[in-house]
Amino acid sequence: MKLTWRRLPLKLIAWVIYALLAAGIVYGIIGLVRLNGSVFFIQAILDGLKLGFVYALIALGYTMVYGIVRLINFAHCDVFMVGAFASYYAITRFGWGFVPAILLAMVVCILLNITIERVAYKPLRNAPRITALITAIGVSFFLEYFTALKFAFGADYITYKRPFEVVVWDIGGVLISNITVIIVAVTILLLLLLLYVINKTKIGKAMRATSLDKTAARLMGINIDGIITLTFAIGAALAGAGGVLYAIAFPQIWTFMGIMPGMKAFVAAVLGGIGNIGGAVIGSLLMGEIEVLTVSFVPFGSRLRDLFAFLVLIIVFIVKPTGILGEPQVEKV
Amino acid sequence: MQTLRRIPTWISTLLVALFLFVFVYVANANGWITPYVYNVIQLAGISAISALGLNLIYGFNGQFSLGHIGFYAIGAYSSALITKEFTSRWSGTQFSALSWIIAGILGVILVILVIKRLRFDQIKKWLNSTLGELKGFERWILISLILLVIAAVIIVLGVAASWVLQKGLQALFDLLIPALPEAIGKNVLMLLALLAGGSLAALVAYLVGLPLLRLNSDYFGIATLGFAIVVYTLLQNSDLVIATMKGARGMVEIPRWTNWVWVAAVLSVLVFLLRNLVYSSYGRAIVSVREDEIAAKTMGIDIVQSKTLAFAIGGFYAGIAGGLYAHLVGFLHPSTFDFVRGFDPLIIIVFGGLGSMTGTLVASALFSAIIEGLRVILPQGFEDWRFVIYPILLLIIMLLRQQGLLGTTEWGWLRAPYAPIRDVPMVSGINSVNREVA
Repeated sequence: MKLTWRRLPLKLIAWVIYALLAAGIVYGIIGLVRLNGSVFFIQAILDGLKLGFVYALIALGYTMVYGIVRLINFAHCDVFMVGAFASYYAITRFGWGFVPAILLAMVVCILLNITIERVAYKPLRNAPRITALITAIGVSFFLEYFTALKFAFGADYITYKRPFEVVVWDIGGVLISNITVIIVAVTILLLLLLLYVINKTKIGKAMRATSLDKTAARLMGINIDGIITLTFAIGAALAGAGGVLYAIAFPQIWTFMGIMPGMKAFVAAVLGGIGNIGGAVIGSLLMGEIEVLTVSFVPFGSRLRDLFAFLVLIIVFIVKPTGILGEPQVEKV
Repeated sequence: MQTLRRIPTWISTLLVALFLFVFVYVANANGWITPYVYNVIQLAGISAISALGLNLIYGFNGQFSLGHIGFYAIGAYSSALITKEFTSRWSGTQFSALSWIIAGILGVILVILVIKRLRFDQIKKWLNSTLGELKGFERWILISLILLVIAAVIIVLGVAASWVLQKGLQALFDLLIPALPEAIGKNVLMLLALLAGGSLAALVAYLVGLPLLRLNSDYFGIATLGFAIVVYTLLQNSDLVIATMKGARGMVEIPRWTNWVWVAAVLSVLVFLLRNLVYSSYGRAIVSVREDEIAAKTMGIDIVQSKTLAFAIGGFYAGIAGGLYAHLVGFLHPSTFDFVRGFDPLIIIVFGGLGSMTGTLVASALFSAIIEGLRVILPQGFEDWRFVIYPILLLIIMLLRQQGLLGTTEWGWLRAPYAPIRDVPMVSGINSVNREVA
């Protein structure tokens, strides 16, 4: 491209703007690091990871159920809460360790979610979707307020007793507790298991087929009702594990504890592109990071944490209407 | 052939409405009902107004919105700010909140109108000829710089205009409203506050809806839910900006001016307007967007316009309802506008039947009756069971009547003045759109 006299001022303006932008970004980063120390940065990123992995476990249940029956399962966050409580009772009443407690929570959640699916959603399979959605809201209310009754879990905050001692390692100023390690390890383990089931087994193939086209899958001899029940069961198992991990990380439980993490996990699933497993994980990690970074670096951050998380959601939707990994939806006539 | 003309539907509907109005009014005046029941009846009317707005958005226009409570909150807080200033005189000049809100709304409308007037094709042409073959990032950055300058000029214009307007309006209000006798001035101020709150909610709905309404149904629902949570968080921290809003501590000392006459009057005017909107050509365009967007586009209907129109009017209804609510309870707390409470209008319209105004009215009365009736019926020691029994009732109703209480049937004057175009229930239309997406 020839540089003519006519274009020279434009070129110059462009270069000035480049320089200003670059200087601004560098100055901002240096300023933040000098203000807080780079250790603080890494610490925040790690904490965000911890939160994000818990969100991921919940988000997977939302995204799988949505992928198969196109239902926003509002009751999922209460299944998560029941998982936390089940492990609490296992630990305090029976003195169980971490692994049996988390397994018990998963089993309880699976049974609960299958019951919900059979009683509340199955009769509405062919009803307008909004009816099923209202039913889901109803189930959510029921679980929250029923478990808040005196003979159930009670309406008070309960301090969760961790099944293991907390160990904190100091690596060059960055504090890593075994809670973070356990959360990341358990989540990655469950995620690999899930990916294996979905991508390598026959059942996973059937699930993928069902989410693509229910009628065609039924014609191929796939037991649709069974697959839907299985999806609810897998989602519930992940939510149960998520509940235990969340309670270990933030040891205070009550019957309404599921609402906000559940909502954020669901938003994370949508952010990543709903119905997409990788998207759910990416969205959840993003959500956790935004939350923790907001709390750490924005003035009044702890009061504004939800604001930024949901603003990012709206901005992502404006830029990419189907989420980060969502496939663009083709309109059919 | 018809020898005996039927009574026009508007007469019977008017009679029923008048009867209900007079009955509640007399019952309250003579002490037949306790103040508590009187309050519940007003709340039912308020939730009916809000639910009618949502029914326009979701029932008639098919846009699944979960953020209705956000507009309700905006209306409630802004109208409360206006009237509270009048009664408690917290700022030196009396009507600054009212004039600021009105001037702000007008300023934003001015900016929107100017942007709509801009000839973007001309600007593009001029840019193309000026920038020549400049390519890539440099071109992009120069274009955005020029657009930013244009935007800045327009915004400065809008801010200046609203500043001037505010001064004028405030002088006007300071002159006029104190001149009125107190009883009238109070009601005039209340009306202005409601309209300002509703208009602000409508404006926010327009601005939020413009980028978001192109999303698919479920994504739009989640985006509006995000909007509701953003509004909730902003309200929780509102004391950082406006001290009187008190943030998470709750706004107190709002004059309690709402009474049954206000609720009934506003409700009937809004029902009248909604009915006439729905059966006008704009209303038919709105319904056609729900039935099939592509077919509507092919018929020459401006989809963006009818979606934003329905969304803004729905927001207006929610804002008005919020204003009435604020002046009924006299105390506002962000937790009232939590997104969980935001499901109430959705439950009401689905319960009453999507796309049925009669259904919404009946359902909001029944909804309040169930929620508050359980409080009365349940014996001592079982109050906690209220929200256990209510979802069970909701589940049973949803399982038994999937299309809602009334489906799409309307009663009396609310019925369509022309023969129904399709016999297919309206809910199926929504469903088929969603299945298409799947």
